[in-house]
Amino acid sequence: MLEIKNLHARIAEDGTEIIRGLDLTVKAGEVAAIMGPNGSGKSTLSYILSGREDYEVTEGDILYNGESILELDPSERAAKGIFLAFQYPVEIPGVATMQFLKVAMNEQRKYRGEDELTTPEFMRRVKEAAAELKIAPEMLRRPLNVGFSGGEKKRAEILQMALLEPKLCVLDETDSGLDIDALKVVADGVNALRSPDRAVVVITHYQRLLDYIVPDTVHVLYKGQIIKSGDKTLAHELEAKGYADIIEAAA
Amino acid sequence: MNMQQAIKMTAAETALVDAYGAQIGDLPGDGAVLSLRDTLVHELRTAGLPTRRIESWHYTDLRTLLRDVPAADPSAFADRVEAIVPGSSVLSVRNGQADLKSVPEGIKARSYTDSLVDGSAAAGLAILGADDAIGRINGGLVRGGLEIAIAEGAEFAAPIEIQVVQSHGQAHTRFPVSFGAGSKATVIERHVSTSAEASFVSTVSDVTLGEGADVIWIVVQQQGPADTHLGQIRFDLAKDAKLHIFVINAGGKLVRQELHGRASGEGADLTLRGINLLGGESHTDVTFTLTHAVPHTTSSEIIRNVIFDRARGVFQGKILVAKDAQKTDAKMACNTLLLSDEADMSAKPELEIFADDVQCGHGATVADIDHTQLFYMLARGIPEKKARAMLVNAFVAEIVEELEDDEALVEALEGVISAWLEKHA
Repeated sequence: MLEIKNLHARIAEDGTEIIRGLDLTVKAGEVAAIMGPNGSGKSTLSYILSGREDYEVTEGDILYNGESILELDPSERAAKGIFLAFQYPVEIPGVATMQFLKVAMNEQRKYRGEDELTTPEFMRRVKEAAAELKIAPEMLRRPLNVGFSGGEKKRAEILQMALLEPKLCVLDETDSGLDIDALKVVADGVNALRSPDRAVVVITHYQRLLDYIVPDTVHVLYKGQIIKSGDKTLAHELEAKGYADIIEAAA
Repeated sequence: MNMQQAIKMTAAETALVDAYGAQIGDLPGDGAVLSLRDTLVHELRTAGLPTRRIESWHYTDLRTLLRDVPAADPSAFADRVEAIVPGSSVLSVRNGQADLKSVPEGIKARSYTDSLVDGSAAAGLAILGADDAIGRINGGLVRGGLEIAIAEGAEFAAPIEIQVVQSHGQAHTRFPVSFGAGSKATVIERHVSTSAEASFVSTVSDVTLGEGADVIWIVVQQQGPADTHLGQIRFDLAKDAKLHIFVINAGGKLVRQELHGRASGEGADLTLRGINLLGGESHTDVTFTLTHAVPHTTSSEIIRNVIFDRARGVFQGKILVAKDAQKTDAKMACNTLLLSDEADMSAKPELEIFADDVQCGHGATVADIDHTQLFYMLARGIPEKKARAMLVNAFVAEIVEELEDDEALVEALEGVISAWLEKHA
């Protein structure tokens, strides 16, 4: 589903290279965890996958279902099924949460040549998904993410993911700022979306989240490269020993 | 020999003075009114329109910006249009003539032309000071309008819409409106153009609130793309009176909307909200002055400007707190979204405080669309054009939503904004 080949990317503004020859393949149905110390390029990778303009790909390619997505803008990538759950969901005063959800869902449908949802159908879907994630209706009446607690913001991200039904989900540090109860709700939401035709990339600093979203593969990112890959035991190893040994072994 | 001919008149100055000359004998007024008109036009001829050298006109050099003025055309009236909020009582003015067909109970309304003819309008025609160009032009040329008195304690289920519809030519109107003690009303002052042909509109509203009156005054300015709109609202607030002024400028090529008021009674409260939507080569200026004259009065002003293309916006806001006006609470903010490199905004908030126990503040911001917000919306599959329109709309929608008690009104104002954005964004 996702093939990243020898990817090199830098910050557009100052040319600092962050991703330095990254290779990664994630199959449909797979949950891949990307772990790495601070500054290894984890968040940058998530932004590059979703097409943020602040980064420039200088070499290599990103294939999604066999096609390069480098020329697509972020909204096209999203409409094709790539979803990024933000580490820091953005507050947008003046845009009602419900309006935002409806526009996003219908714009994606339009792009794919599908009919727009009727209002009752839209309401039904939101109500169902919100109940699963224990999101109160009052929260949905507020402007998007405005005044949401850290946990509410992360739950709202998973709500959007559930409603938009993406094929490739990228979760950027979704566990940061969550207490254990909120973490469980979010993990349950993600697990409910696991399916044979959907891939999930979980980007995280700590192993904690991976107790709840159990990955099929674990990849260690360091200085813009994957330096080691393995199964879920690799995450436990990292938790026990830290990154130093692996970094040394790869050097 | 007339030695006072000090300046070489511009085309616009000539057109205004000529408009007066052409209508002499036809402009309504008793002796006092006519002599006042003469003085005002004489001042216009000798001093000319204000230039940037006059402080209050520094950012709107009217003499340079006003290239020409269309000739007055008595046939330039247009028909009354549908009320902007369904169910409103519409009082309209067409080519200076008041249409008093649907005056609701609790309101006394008469044609301002009659007040000019019987001379009762004379005192109100005085200008606010030597630099009051709008008062001067309007006082010289005003043909009509509406004089409205709202009864004490009167309340209305629906808004009262004052409608000025113009197709081309000139319109000079006045609206002295007094709200009796304890009355509660929403008035919509609406300026609409029905054609793309140039109009020149001057209008002065003189709004007085009696004790405890609670008034929402909305100005909806939707002039045509070639129009000049010079508007002025004067207001005075008695004890515990509450006035919420909401101005939306969504039209015109050259616009100056002045608001000059005074909190005269303790407990008086003013809220000013302004939305200025500018595109093309238009120039829109909102100039506000407020005197907190007595203790324990409050005011809050928020102006939001959205500027596209090569348009220029101006906001001047001056709050004056008199020496005795202790415990004044005044907050003023002007926020601008500049959406093109060639767009321009000048903001000049000022506080002049003579009392020592007050809470006053002001701030001005200028920004582009927030790129983090834009990326977030794109990352959810919303195309860039749509995402930008939503963010621009969000920037101004916040202050419309403050009027949430009247859903139909909020919907109507949101309609004005989205219609404008659809055309320009």
